[in-house]
Amino acid sequence: MLRDVELTEENLLTDEFLRQLINIGEVDIVVGLSTHNNAKTIGPVIAAIQAGILKCFPRERVAIINADGGSQDDTTGLVQNASIDDLRHDHKVYALRTLHSVSVRYARIPDPGKALQTIMAGADLLRAKTCVIVSPYSTSIEPDWLQRLARPSYFDNFDLVSPIYRRQRFEGALVRDLLYPMTRSIYGSRIREPFGSEFAVSGRLITDLLGNGIMNTDWGRMGPEISTTIFALTGKYRVCQSFLGVKQSSSRGHDMVAAVRRTVGALFASLDGNFPVWSAVTGSQSVPTVGTAIELTEEPLRLNRKRLLDMFSNGVAQLEPVLSSILSPSLLSELRRIAALGVDEFEYPAELWTRSVFEFAASYHKSTINRDHIIQALVPLYRGRSLTFFVENRAGSEQDIEIREESLCADFERLKPYLLEIWADRK
Amino acid sequence: MRDIIVSELMQAFEQMARDVAHYLPRLIVMLIIALVGWVIAYLLKLIVRSLLRLTKFSKLSQNAGATELLHQAALPSTTELVSRLVFWIAWAGFVLMGLSVLGIAGLDEYVSRFFFFLPRLFVALVILFFGLVAASFFSRAALLAAVNANFRSSRIFSISVRFIIVIFALSMAFEVVGVAEETMFIAFATVFGAAMLGLAIAFGLGGQDLARRFLEKRFTPQNRNREEREDELSPL
Repeated sequence: MLRDVELTEENLLTDEFLRQLINIGEVDIVVGLSTHNNAKTIGPVIAAIQAGILKCFPRERVAIINADGGSQDDTTGLVQNASIDDLRHDHKVYALRTLHSVSVRYARIPDPGKALQTIMAGADLLRAKTCVIVSPYSTSIEPDWLQRLARPSYFDNFDLVSPIYRRQRFEGALVRDLLYPMTRSIYGSRIREPFGSEFAVSGRLITDLLGNGIMNTDWGRMGPEISTTIFALTGKYRVCQSFLGVKQSSSRGHDMVAAVRRTVGALFASLDGNFPVWSAVTGSQSVPTVGTAIELTEEPLRLNRKRLLDMFSNGVAQLEPVLSSILSPSLLSELRRIAALGVDEFEYPAELWTRSVFEFAASYHKSTINRDHIIQALVPLYRGRSLTFFVENRAGSEQDIEIREESLCADFERLKPYLLEIWADRK
Repeated sequence: MRDIIVSELMQAFEQMARDVAHYLPRLIVMLIIALVGWVIAYLLKLIVRSLLRLTKFSKLSQNAGATELLHQAALPSTTELVSRLVFWIAWAGFVLMGLSVLGIAGLDEYVSRFFFFLPRLFVALVILFFGLVAASFFSRAALLAAVNANFRSSRIFSISVRFIIVIFALSMAFEVVGVAEETMFIAFATVFGAAMLGLAIAFGLGGQDLARRFLEKRFTPQNRNREEREDELSPL
């Protein structure tokens, strides 16, 4: 096993990167950043990380590792040249150690799996006890996030610290409507953000992730963040959640297909190899959570409901030949029925949504058609469900939203035997 | 007179007997070759059918849309069709080999032509099959991309992609077997040119407003951002 790890690291670490790591020696904490043309947002993120280190870990040996996927806008230069001196004066605290910062170009084009693998290989080589991953898009990051993520792992020996964000009530619809309920019902742990852009992992978990080549699997390459969570859940590692703060969404208006592919695709792909584990799981267990619960924010949101419904209805109509290869006839006819509803009567019920997701997962497993096409075909259905999510929650209180979320999760857990049934079905 | 007739008849019978004696062993050899060929062809059919079933060929052809086409034409499944094709090609090959033993003048040339034609037929069939697979894959990919981009005529776009690829594969296959090469080339060029011209006219004349809106949306960040904000909830 050790030999595999060494070989993996050898392939990932360039001579220059290795030289920089050797110069650093050993550290206690690594902060990892996977970047690609983030010059606009990287400044505040680096400043918050440095401030967090000064404030919360002045005695610890810390290194920042930046894995860059071929930036053309001097992102790596900004990371390497970021000075900690200004922060020292502002915060009137002084680090007792030198803060190292290294950048490596792991590829000419971005590859999230390889980026995370590079950071983890670096952390493993530096023998870090904890590695905190931070998204370069998280401009709302505060210095305390570092402490909230690193502390449970560094001091309390948790292997994975998953975030809980303070969100706008309609943000993260895919997480709330699919990723959380499905991960919870499949793997039996109530991890609110299985796809966290910020999280912390222990040195032990890093070694095992690299040793098992998780980032080289289909699901690891597709969605390294969610794959880390799933590996920790299936491997019975110590997992906890930590309340962070406001999540400034960077995904709005971005490519929906790419987002679904990177999260749902990885989740579906993980089901193949982990079948013996998840098929035996019933119900779900709560996960230790640290910090103070944070409320949803109430920023106003404009949404063109008619257009969203149109995208759903058009998708169901146009994709009928594709959907008929994925879904059962009864479910497809039910979708056709709701696609004909007007915008005021439209509802994509939780149970129907759950069955749709499970039938997609089973078809993905059986590769009834090209797997990537199955994931793409889910996007119009998700749009329909997100419209229902918007309509249901626009007038409700935070408690109402939470009750609906629990109800959806209960549907996913209740219908899990249905997934097992269609999973085994050869037709 | 009578003796001459009898003598001629005797000669004719003797000649016929010599000819029969000359051809009979060859005929028997031919029949044996045909019979053995039938057995070998049948075994080949069974082996090919098993291999195709093991490799889930029917699933691949279903994904390629070939199964649906065959079903519409009331033909058997692709697995059955390919295994039957292998049987008939193999047996026909053996029968022709047997016929060549008979030493009939001119037949050898046809036999050698047949064996020369076989690899080309095989290559053409392979091209056609992979053409169908590619047509199915890319038309579905086009359909999904168009639907997810909220393009109104997604199905027409997808069918156009499939049609162009199938025509292209057909023209390649016909070119390989050497049948109607020029006709297929002209047909392909005509269909492709017509499709492109049609699209150009449709976009140029019929879709002026659509093109303007598209370009505005594409290259005016304010409009694009506002519309996207109103269309989607942030997924992550």
